[in-house]
Amino acid sequence: MAVNTNAPVGAETYGAAAPPELVQLLTPEGERVEHPDYDIDLTPEQVRSLYRDLVLVRRIDLEAVALQRQGELGIWASLLGQEAAQIGSGRALSDQDMVFPTYREHGVAWCRNVDPIKLLGLFRGVSHGGWDPAEHNFHLYTIVIGSQTLHAVGYAMGIQRDGAEAAAIVYFGDGATSQGDVNESFIWAAVNNAPVVFFCQNNQWAISEPLEKQSRIPLYRRASGFGFPGIRVDGNDVFACLAVTREALRNAREGQGPTLIEAYTYRMGAHTTSDDPTRYRVESELEAWKLKDPIERVKAYLFKNELADQEFFEAIDLEADELGKDLRRRCLELPDPDPLAIFENVYAEPHALLQEEREQFAAYLASFEGVA
Amino acid sequence: MTTGASRTAGGRSGGAATLTLVRAINEGLRRAMEEDPKVLVMGEDVGKLGGVFRVTDGLQKDFGEDRVIDTPLAESGIIGTAIGLALRGYRPVCEIQFDGFVFPAADQIITQLAKMRMRSLGALRLPVVVRIPFGGGIGAVEHHSESPEVHFTHTGGLRVVACSNPADGYHMIRQAIRCEDPVIFFEPKRRYWDKAPVDLDADPDLPLDKGRVVRPGTDVTLLAYGPMVRTCLEAAVAAEEDGRSLEVIDLRSLSPLDTELVVESVRRTGRCVVVHEAPVFSGYGAELAARITEQCFYHLEAPVLRVGGFSTPYPPSRLEDHYLPDLDRVLDAVDRTFAY
Repeated sequence: MAVNTNAPVGAETYGAAAPPELVQLLTPEGERVEHPDYDIDLTPEQVRSLYRDLVLVRRIDLEAVALQRQGELGIWASLLGQEAAQIGSGRALSDQDMVFPTYREHGVAWCRNVDPIKLLGLFRGVSHGGWDPAEHNFHLYTIVIGSQTLHAVGYAMGIQRDGAEAAAIVYFGDGATSQGDVNESFIWAAVNNAPVVFFCQNNQWAISEPLEKQSRIPLYRRASGFGFPGIRVDGNDVFACLAVTREALRNAREGQGPTLIEAYTYRMGAHTTSDDPTRYRVESELEAWKLKDPIERVKAYLFKNELADQEFFEAIDLEADELGKDLRRRCLELPDPDPLAIFENVYAEPHALLQEEREQFAAYLASFEGVA
Repeated sequence: MTTGASRTAGGRSGGAATLTLVRAINEGLRRAMEEDPKVLVMGEDVGKLGGVFRVTDGLQKDFGEDRVIDTPLAESGIIGTAIGLALRGYRPVCEIQFDGFVFPAADQIITQLAKMRMRSLGALRLPVVVRIPFGGGIGAVEHHSESPEVHFTHTGGLRVVACSNPADGYHMIRQAIRCEDPVIFFEPKRRYWDKAPVDLDADPDLPLDKGRVVRPGTDVTLLAYGPMVRTCLEAAVAAEEDGRSLEVIDLRSLSPLDTELVVESVRRTGRCVVVHEAPVFSGYGAELAARITEQCFYHLEAPVLRVGGFSTPYPPSRLEDHYLPDLDRVLDAVDRTFAY
């Protein structure tokens, strides 16, 4: 009997791509809807502020993609389409909470006041990070898939031991849920009742691998197997992402342990600028998700409820243009680091081998001085 | 009292004592935990059981489950969460139960622990110690007798050390815990039950990154670390009967290497044999031989020779006596250096 690997038994019932039951507070048409378990009370000013965040991080992203196309960045991982998941969750954080991002969390970095030029510097090859995680409570980007989930749980165990009013939140994608480290982090978090929120942005694609290649059940349901709650939220709804993350963080801080949040969203661009999504996905999928654009629905909500006028939207667009221009200028001005920076910050204490290699390389470089 | 260490009412031992290597490291861990409340011990079976070799015996009873953490059975998780704890200001000492089990954790050690400080431009400190009982000679099943040190010496950002005796075990573990960098700490498991005097109140006589001449000699330099130090000392005693004077150096620190000590010795003796349990090909001895050739070329009477394991997986234990360098293989190499 031939085995059809594309249609596992029970796929209709438990399929990873089953119609999503998710927490939604704002429809794609900009209508405010109620949810029995989650609510949010935002002032008009707060909604306008969320809208500004969404527009500005999209602009940072678009400018970075353009810079990569012009050869100014080695690569860029676009967040296009995932702005609401990141701004919603990012704005739920308190200053004391600690963020462990993957490499696509430009919107969360924005919420933590990390200068976007630092992100560009990383992808330009100026450094492997470059910001002080303690200053922003925003850890370095992590390239290896899922590694940072364990760091977040360990950090949360430290919060427990300190008796602090804080939580850790860790970001990862749908593909990462297949990694051993992510599953180990679930176990550690559960048995230690660690104050950590797992924020999975299910953007449907792990480079070219669809969710069906990673899981036979919706990702949020995995949490129950580890012994903590899982919740699926409309990842394109900034209100719902804010409400759900706020609740999960509060539970963590109050000693109720971890939560897995699956933000159901879509990566509208390529995995990175090196990727070609036309080889593995159909145009109609993208068109369907464009109708759920996270920014357009907030704009519609603001319009319909007369919470903002044309002047407001134009001012934000102007601000985005200025931000993009400024970022472009500063990116082009980023100097290459000093060659001897290769040897710096590898060790906290002197290391004889590195000192020797540094001296030899410095002497070699110096030998060119004065040579025409 | 089997250890000979005197113990005060507070549980603290002191003075000079004759200890096994297991007990010496245990005392070192205990001191470190007493001195700094941020020091944590974590790993599989380190709590109630006290570790499969009893290195952490009694620590959970005295310091509690929050500081001596019995972890789930997952090595990557041990190192990954230790990194997170270190980022929060703690100083975790992780136990990897056996050498061959470090590979599931190798990803976290190599891609994360080693590199995080550089990635942060120096903003982060990762004072994590990874203790690994290593090497063969105890008749164990596979994956329990390996020498994976070069995987870590080949990784920038890590410090790699190996103790060989109780006094060093006691002092080096304390120094490793105090170190601001990640330290891979190898313990020679077949020497765990060797006894020697340890002065628990003395300051260490060497920094963590220095090697030591453990037996002076004039004819050949033997370079060893961990379990092979004792083998080389036995070889030196045997060689003396043949009228040959072997100098034995315990490298102690593999990264960084105490190059100065090695070079000084080999320039004096003119001959060098490197001895380790790990496979010779692409091994730590290859690094030593190349370095010595560069720096001692005009002083050498013979090429640097290497004695070590074969380029095979570690064999079943009934064959390990053939695989592991012993006194005769060391002496055979010494003979060959005189044939040039």
